[in-house]
Amino acid sequence: MRINGVEIEDTFAEAFGMQAAKVIITAVNERWAAIAAQTATGFATSIIGCGCEAGIDMVLPPEQTPDGRPGVVALFFTTSSKDMEKQLISRLGQCVMTSPTSACYDGLGSEIKLKIGGKLRFFGDGFQGSKLIEGRRFWRVPMMDGEFVVEESFSVCKAVGGGNFFILAETLKAALSAAEAAVEAMRKVPGVIMPFPGGIVRSGSKIGSKYKGQHVSVNTAYCPTIRNQTESELPEGVNAVLEIVIDGLDEAVISETTRVGILSACQPGVVRISAGNYGGKLGPYRFHLRKIMG
Amino acid sequence: MTLQNRNGDKEASPITLRLKEPTSIPIEADTVSPDHFIGRSLKDIAALPVYFGRRKRNLGDVFHIEGEESDQVIVEGDLAHVKKIGYGMTRGRIVIRGNVGQHTGACMRGGEIIVEGHVADRAGIHMEGGRLWIKGNAGHLLGAAYPGERRGVNRGVIIVEGNVGSETGAFMRRGLIVVMGDTGEFVGARMIAGSVFVFGHLGKRAGAGMKRGSIVAFGACEPLLPTYRFESVFQPVFIRVFVNRLRQWGLPVNIERTEGLFRRYSGDITALGKGEILIYDSNE
Repeated sequence: MRINGVEIEDTFAEAFGMQAAKVIITAVNERWAAIAAQTATGFATSIIGCGCEAGIDMVLPPEQTPDGRPGVVALFFTTSSKDMEKQLISRLGQCVMTSPTSACYDGLGSEIKLKIGGKLRFFGDGFQGSKLIEGRRFWRVPMMDGEFVVEESFSVCKAVGGGNFFILAETLKAALSAAEAAVEAMRKVPGVIMPFPGGIVRSGSKIGSKYKGQHVSVNTAYCPTIRNQTESELPEGVNAVLEIVIDGLDEAVISETTRVGILSACQPGVVRISAGNYGGKLGPYRFHLRKIMG
Repeated sequence: MTLQNRNGDKEASPITLRLKEPTSIPIEADTVSPDHFIGRSLKDIAALPVYFGRRKRNLGDVFHIEGEESDQVIVEGDLAHVKKIGYGMTRGRIVIRGNVGQHTGACMRGGEIIVEGHVADRAGIHMEGGRLWIKGNAGHLLGAAYPGERRGVNRGVIIVEGNVGSETGAFMRRGLIVVMGDTGEFVGARMIAGSVFVFGHLGKRAGAGMKRGSIVAFGACEPLLPTYRFESVFQPVFIRVFVNRLRQWGLPVNIERTEGLFRRYSGDITALGKGEILIYDSNE
């Protein structure tokens, strides 16, 4: 299969189950909502070293937020709901509560709830108060700029993490240009994040290492500079590879994001689109590139 | 005739009760509730008891009843002396076409009551859930507590598009009362928690003896009790959350005032002192 002359390899991206939370962060204006959201989703590129994967899903207009102020939707992904609770308490507590004029709300409304605002409220030192409407409790914690409003509980749901595809290009410039175009298009799909810097990762990994205690290591098969020292997967003429990793609220949204991304990535200078196939070791979800693009 | 649910879907034909003849004798109709009607034929519903003055009668003696089995109920006629409609109800909806008597929606725990006219005293008293929506005015002790009780409304929403009498939300424990018009005295007196929003004129002695909770005045208000202390001027975000919800329910709330600055007074210092009265100050 070829799209715009770019080969779509007959392979699949392997992904795994995760837990997701959707947090709506609002503030006095979009700038401050974005600052709070960016800070809360910082250092959250990979579950391996960051504790969670997180990113900004979309910007919400005032009409679509619970308090009628500009907002941003941030998605958080962890391997368990226990980890999610820990991550949300620290990230919302340290990054959103601290940000001027911010407030944050549950954006999922599923049945599995984690008490987040119900724990952050203790920062109020006895002067916090709550408001209840239609079964949803909102805590009001006094702050030096007024009040921080945070919902008592945040929902988690089953989600899919680690969807991906590789862009194999003749030059780094072509790979980066294609990846940037892909991420720009993919960001328009709701319900997904691309957690790595700018949505792009150059340090694609494989499971295992020659070193004890190192559970993952660089995906040597896709590193052009050691092509002849390893069992390389790179075709002739490929000198740079970039990967886009996708976490989404369900399989369908990852498939759609992959489709949109690959379509945009098939640009001049790109030789092949491949994916992180780990032979079934990584997880139960498989995203067949040709099926998705068909 | 069909009703529509909140999603706009048509529902089964409701049960309609029409008062046979106007009377000044009080009728205690606490059996007029979807909870009592579900699973009963019209004949069984007509046999439910009501008190007509001090005499025990059947519902069918007092009302014409028609419709099919449904948790949607319409009550029509001059109901100013009909009391306790929707008492303790947990589900469904009652639409009252006209003015209605005391204790409407008292102790209700779920469902919805819509009153298209005025209600007398003690509407929504001791409510524990659901929604009571009054298009006209309400009397005294709206969403309050029965004499001798130390805790009143505990959850639920009461909306009054007109004016209300005295002691609205007295002893309230949780929940929300919204008054689009003016209020009498002692709004939120001895309130324990919860919220009362007043868009008209807030009467005298609001929040007397209040422990916790919020009274929000979007319009003018009488001078507060001296047991309230000014804290600061700020923009309370929670008001916007509540007002957003009210607008989604279709209540015509002026958004400008909800986005403005409010003066916060805390009190009542004769009680716990953790209550607040927020008074609209200005737009930023």
